[in-house]
Amino acid sequence: MGYVAVTGGQKAIEAANRLNQWYRIKDAEHSLETTEIAKQLRHLTDRVMSEGGLYAPEYAALAIKQAEGDLCEAAFLMRAYRSTLERNYESEVIDPGQMRVIRRISSAFKDIPGGQMLGPTMDYTHRLLNFALENENAQALKNLLKEQIPELNADQPLSFPKVAGLLREQGLLFPPKSSGVLFDITRDKLTFPAPRSAKLQILARGETGAMTALAYSSMRGHITNHPTIGELRVGYTELTIAYPLDSNESLCLGEIMLTEIETINAFERDDQGDVKLRLGYGLTFGQNETKAIAMAILEQGLETKGSIPSQDEEFVLLHVDSIEANGFVSHLKLPHYITFQSKLDVLRQTQKIAESEKKEMRKE
Amino acid sequence: MQAHLKQTYNYAFLDEGSKKEIRRTTLKAIAIPGYQVPFASREMPIGRGWGTGGLQLTLSLIGDQDCLKVIDQGNDDSVNAVSIKKLVQSCTKAEVTTDSERATIIQTRHRIPEVPIRSDQILVFQVPLPEPLRMVEAKERKTKQLHAEMDYSGIWLRLYEDIVKWGKISIGADYPALAHKRYIFAPSPIPRYDLPKLNHADGLFLFGAGREKKIYAIPPYTEIEPLAFDDYPFEVEHFEGCSCRLCGSSDTFLDELFDEKTGQKFYQCSDTGNCRKRQEKRHTP
Repeated sequence: MGYVAVTGGQKAIEAANRLNQWYRIKDAEHSLETTEIAKQLRHLTDRVMSEGGLYAPEYAALAIKQAEGDLCEAAFLMRAYRSTLERNYESEVIDPGQMRVIRRISSAFKDIPGGQMLGPTMDYTHRLLNFALENENAQALKNLLKEQIPELNADQPLSFPKVAGLLREQGLLFPPKSSGVLFDITRDKLTFPAPRSAKLQILARGETGAMTALAYSSMRGHITNHPTIGELRVGYTELTIAYPLDSNESLCLGEIMLTEIETINAFERDDQGDVKLRLGYGLTFGQNETKAIAMAILEQGLETKGSIPSQDEEFVLLHVDSIEANGFVSHLKLPHYITFQSKLDVLRQTQKIAESEKKEMRKE
Repeated sequence: MQAHLKQTYNYAFLDEGSKKEIRRTTLKAIAIPGYQVPFASREMPIGRGWGTGGLQLTLSLIGDQDCLKVIDQGNDDSVNAVSIKKLVQSCTKAEVTTDSERATIIQTRHRIPEVPIRSDQILVFQVPLPEPLRMVEAKERKTKQLHAEMDYSGIWLRLYEDIVKWGKISIGADYPALAHKRYIFAPSPIPRYDLPKLNHADGLFLFGAGREKKIYAIPPYTEIEPLAFDDYPFEVEHFEGCSCRLCGSSDTFLDELFDEKTGQKFYQCSDTGNCRKRQEKRHTP
């Protein structure tokens, strides 16, 4: 009966593990190098780090290799590893305004101080399969590096003032809603209404596809909700902690790559009768632009009252986590003999009742 | 993999702070029978929804002196039970067993062992849906309030509507019950057959819901009353005239199976550990 009769479970698991390894390598000539995954599949690594909630490109690459490219599984490996790590320090608040920017655009203003900077993006490529990549060898890589990218100097520091700063100076923006306390979703169970800090954390490590779909539904189904991207910036930001021996000084731990989005939404009137704009905010590890935009849309949606699904905080916040959604949907693969037996029992009893009722009806 | 875990990870996987947090939550849960205590569930290396709540409880409690039994559907050899047991073994030195009477901690999915749990044993349940009121109220914010105000009219009405519609209450497993005359709780998807075992029991029952981030408990000697009406009393599953093909018992919960070749229906104990012991007794006169 194979899987159904679950005897020999231990043996079955061992065989499955061996088969996994066999299918992973049976037709392979070389083992995938994790450094190559981290360097050449950088969007994949970024996404796994973002959904796993752990900034560690090498480990993300390892997770991708181990999961044979299954994104959800890779993010899950990262999350499970992360949950075992001691919390030694809290970082100081990072300032994306000081970001060493590699890409920065605004859809709201043509001229922004510092100018627009397209940077690395596939937005304006033609989506044609590039068959030349099939035979790309080491020499081709070197030539490309020499010829194609001469004017880009990655070492040049580039930081720009924030677009939102301009709007704020002109009195056009409401300050962000904040409860003033920092909630930690990894240390406390979420309660509703959720504090803003908790919402942002959940969205920051939410599943890209799920968030994009929900954000899309709010834009498509409810056209009044069509935000403008005030600024999208991608780049490296320093991560610092307070120096343990002197809290006036800070210690730089290194740089992390972030994508930050600020969307501008329809203007609102507050309790004091002031009319201003409110920003939506998105921030993700790595270059994860669509997810960051979706985050800003969802975050803003949750701050406004309304009846559409993406404005329902329990609906959004409890369902965008990749690890939780994947885990529960896939648990249907586990045996449910007991629950099903119990259901069958109720069904049979109900059938008996229905049968006897029918008989009585006939008599009448 | 096993050696790797031992070197790189803390004893019993979780860091000590996390284990302490889970134990404190558990103490609160024991103090308020049936009340769902929130906790910050950790990501575990097994799937969310595959027993991470139970696993976190087990790992927070376990020490080298413990003896662990893990079952799924009553079966020690079910793949998920084996996988959980292997994980615990890879990060502790606790002994494992299939004999429920030898175990100090039993982690279970969907069953309570046939032999009653003793006062020196803990039964840990894996819980998929800890909120019994979810079937009548989708919002967590509202269900918390309903519990606080002990407003259980919604779920009673649901049971009544069942009777009107089907002639009986149509809930199979995970049958809701009232703990200590105060909180309605979800016993996890155990069959109704197992539910009375929670009433005034000697042992401690802990319930862990990892994805939903809640822990609750039924401490020893707590009154557990399945929801029912005077004229529509609570009923357990029926196995009239059936007995286990292997050990012959007619007083245990049975799995319904089919012989592939003959197409015949037969029955077998769902609690495999207990079934094996009974078979051994039968064979040694």
